[in-house]
Amino acid sequence: MQRKPMQASKGFQIVTDWLQQQQLNPFPFQEQAWKAILAGESGLVNAPTGCGKTYSVFLGALMQFINAHPADWAKQKNNGLQLLWITPLRALAKDIGRAMEEVIKSLGMQWKVAIRNGDTSNADRARQKKQMPEILIITPESLQLLLTQKNYPAIFSTLKLLAVDEWHELLGSKRGVQTELAVSRLVNCSESLQVWGISATIGNLEEAREVLLSPLKKTGITIQAAINKPLEIHTIIPDEIDSYPWAGHLGIKLAHTLIPIIENSNTTLIFINTRGMSETWYQTLLTLAPSLAGAIALHHGSIEQELRLWVEEALHTQKLKAVVCTASLDLGVDFRPVDTVIQVGSPKGIARFLQRAGRSGHRPGEISKIYFLPTHSLELVEAAALKTAVTEKAIESKDPLVLCFDVLLQYLCTLACGEGFDPKRIYTEIQSTYCFSDMQEEEWQEILKQITSGGQALQVYDEFRKVEIENGIYKINSRKIAMRHRMHIGTIVSDAMLKVKFLSGGYIGVIEEYFISKLEPGDVFTLAGKNLELIMIKDMNVLVKKSTAKKSLIPSWLGGRMSLTANLGEVLRRTFSKALQPNSGIEMDSLQHLFSIQKSLSHIPQPNELLIEQIESKDGYHLLVYPFEGRQVHEALSAILAFRISQIQPMSFSISMNDYGFELLSDTPIPVDDANVYELFSDKNLLTDIQQSVNNTEMAKRKFRDIAVIGGLIFQGMPGEKTKARHLQSSASLLFKVFEEYDPGNLLLKQAYNEVLTQQMDEVRLRLALQRIAKSKIVLTYPSKLTPLSFPIVVDGLNRNNLSSERLEDRVKKMQQQLS
Amino acid sequence: MNEDQLLICREQHLWLSPNRTIFWEEEKTMILSDTHFGKTGHFRKNGIAVPQNIYKEDLQRFFSITQFYKAQRVLVVGDFFHSYANEELDWFLKWKRDFTQLQITLIRGNHDVLPAAWYEAAAIEIVPETMILGPFQFQHDFEETHKKNKDNKELQPKKSHSPYIFSGHIHPGITIKGLSKQSLRFPCFYFGKNHCILPAFSKFSGLATIKPKKADQVFAIVNDNLIQTQ
Repeated sequence: MQRKPMQASKGFQIVTDWLQQQQLNPFPFQEQAWKAILAGESGLVNAPTGCGKTYSVFLGALMQFINAHPADWAKQKNNGLQLLWITPLRALAKDIGRAMEEVIKSLGMQWKVAIRNGDTSNADRARQKKQMPEILIITPESLQLLLTQKNYPAIFSTLKLLAVDEWHELLGSKRGVQTELAVSRLVNCSESLQVWGISATIGNLEEAREVLLSPLKKTGITIQAAINKPLEIHTIIPDEIDSYPWAGHLGIKLAHTLIPIIENSNTTLIFINTRGMSETWYQTLLTLAPSLAGAIALHHGSIEQELRLWVEEALHTQKLKAVVCTASLDLGVDFRPVDTVIQVGSPKGIARFLQRAGRSGHRPGEISKIYFLPTHSLELVEAAALKTAVTEKAIESKDPLVLCFDVLLQYLCTLACGEGFDPKRIYTEIQSTYCFSDMQEEEWQEILKQITSGGQALQVYDEFRKVEIENGIYKINSRKIAMRHRMHIGTIVSDAMLKVKFLSGGYIGVIEEYFISKLEPGDVFTLAGKNLELIMIKDMNVLVKKSTAKKSLIPSWLGGRMSLTANLGEVLRRTFSKALQPNSGIEMDSLQHLFSIQKSLSHIPQPNELLIEQIESKDGYHLLVYPFEGRQVHEALSAILAFRISQIQPMSFSISMNDYGFELLSDTPIPVDDANVYELFSDKNLLTDIQQSVNNTEMAKRKFRDIAVIGGLIFQGMPGEKTKARHLQSSASLLFKVFEEYDPGNLLLKQAYNEVLTQQMDEVRLRLALQRIAKSKIVLTYPSKLTPLSFPIVVDGLNRNNLSSERLEDRVKKMQQQLS
Repeated sequence: MNEDQLLICREQHLWLSPNRTIFWEEEKTMILSDTHFGKTGHFRKNGIAVPQNIYKEDLQRFFSITQFYKAQRVLVVGDFFHSYANEELDWFLKWKRDFTQLQITLIRGNHDVLPAAWYEAAAIEIVPETMILGPFQFQHDFEETHKKNKDNKELQPKKSHSPYIFSGHIHPGITIKGLSKQSLRFPCFYFGKNHCILPAFSKFSGLATIKPKKADQVFAIVNDNLIQTQ
């Protein structure tokens, strides 16, 4: 392409003229993006949804094509793939595709747009195979699937532009790593491929761009849209505040306050943090305002897709007054009628709060309106903190993942399914990604050994078969193994899910096996807003019938337990110290009574203090610590503290935590006092102590679940191969145990421990927290009963962890004695 | 292996071992279940890289414990072999050649899908469903046979003279709970009023938690020890 000044370029002229005809005025950031694309650059566009971010890249691709075919751009057909559009959400694909088609048609071009994801029919796939469209909209998983095809290099040889939409959503996840790997392959399939990311605002935009462009070995440019939308935050203050906050209960009590908000708004989105609670809220709102029946809907990830699509469509066409939803509606196209958002419970982070708020008031000149409804009284402090954080614009970063060997194993098998790969070439490509730039030669050799010989030297009685080497090319020859691999591509791992169906036919949604296994036939539970009676479980299907029972169980979905981010934690600590100070805002003022009790029983921690409470109850001896660092850091910190205390004397602990603090519970007094407390929180020997804490193993076991599935160790079976597949079933916890005992050097096992250290334990953040504590004054109190701060942790302790320095045999004997 | 526990059942001496076997002294018979031999091989053949050492150690344990008790007979209560033939099974056959005197009887389990000729060549006696020996009866899945017999009065065991049943299949595990919300789970031997469930011999096996009644006896396998939990 020749580099003419942009204004003179034909493509730019034609497209901007067209925009003018449509009475659309390009935003400055769009023009900047087009200029950069036409100059052959790569980069990142940072713009909020609903501000024409799609156009900023897509129209650039059209301009480029027109410039390359100045005479016959309107007639050129079947040009091969020009623009590949990666989107994390299937739901987004359709709308984006439709918008693109309209533009192309209106411009009189012959380009075709197609979608490829899990919902694409085989006929469409076959059509695409015969003739690729100019634009393909695809999910990261489907792109991997495309790489299992024999002729994929030919498909991508014509590609000019690769766009990664919602890059902030992919970054920091294993789907992001999958995308990085795909980029590293594609830039080597076509000449001068340009890569563009599109991202909402995050704390590390520059890093986000570097990660995406890493395989190009270019820095690229960042283009930011200067669009500032006004935001209104309201906190719903309960009339009466319990002295003892109990998670979840206060929220429902406040449900009636939502009715006038819903009635006075055009359309309201009500965000609930868990799927289980969203079912409860939906029921509660219907009970409180029966008039809303038919005008209110439920939307979460476990509801049957058709129903979800119907809800989304109804949102567009303004048929609904309110939708109770989970993170399932965080992303996606904008619903113009939505003018109000309600956030129930802590959003856990500033970015998420802003994103949700931004789902309301889309039209230019409108205001985003969000109401925060606390689910326990301490969340009022969080509300106050959020207000501060929003003015400070303390938006979280998304830290990119490194060395995800599970994703790499999957990727190599993907390549081996299709064309096969030459390890020397692929090694260079993989090292060009951000994720694997620090990979060592030995680790690479180990990976190759894993896929070719199952991790061990060739020996008799072993028939390991997966990837085979032919003339230096690594290939999967077994059709069965290849098919199994294709079915398995994807990095989103969920618990074993069962489909819920009516006995009479009709699909309702999915439910976690863990939940359903606790039910007996005849029990009634709620899903998709319906009360259902369990009849039986048959072949991964839960058969039910409608129930008129008043009482029903609300399913628990294990996912979705997020931790407070560091940014919000920091603001929260500052806010908390303002308790009982006059004029600290409506939220803090309303908590006066609760803070007084806290003060009289114990103490209100100041920013330079760490509060520790020791309380004795019938459950045992509680040690409560309040660092306000978020659940994630508390999980690590509690494990280390428990480990260090158990070094003083053999002890067993049960550990629980929330975003404010954590609890160690033991059956014997816990030896922590003024004399040793600073020592216990020191950051000396942090790494060794992490590695030695038993908890480390427990956490690694949890991490291993995803890793084992992604790394291809767990196979869930496929149609038509039932019995044989059953012989290949095993659980992640069993495999973890097996590797721990028989193959401790295993790469995937090591990755699990690594993920614990870097993600779960967040060693960097942990060390910072300990250093902060070292400089603080530690305040030890001995309250006579549970304090308002301790109550939610002790009562609602989710994720109880155990740590013990006693011999296993001794523990069992002791537990037996205690119960007899 | 001195940690065995003696249990007298129907006047027979049963030695329970933390190696997940029972030695029946009167009959010089070793009783075990769910060895799942060849499971690692089946996984590996299908491209799932589980360590093969676990199988090697299971095999070693199998033969050394038979030798230790000088057992004349080994009774496997089902799921001896995990799946279809693979080379790992040849490993078993090679070891077995050194134990020509050893008589092996297999009560067929749901995983035992090898062709009859294979068992014949390996000199393994096959019992399709149940076998009665002295005061004992052996069958793979207690629940399934139990259900089947429920509808058929004639087949129901008569209360007083009915044999004591040994079964496997479920890989029983016991959860032990203590104060301060602690809980641990171990493989176990379960002895109910009329039937026993054996732990899975293979260490490459998961656990199904059982809920014993008050009068039942349960022996948890904790590392290399047996601990009677009730």
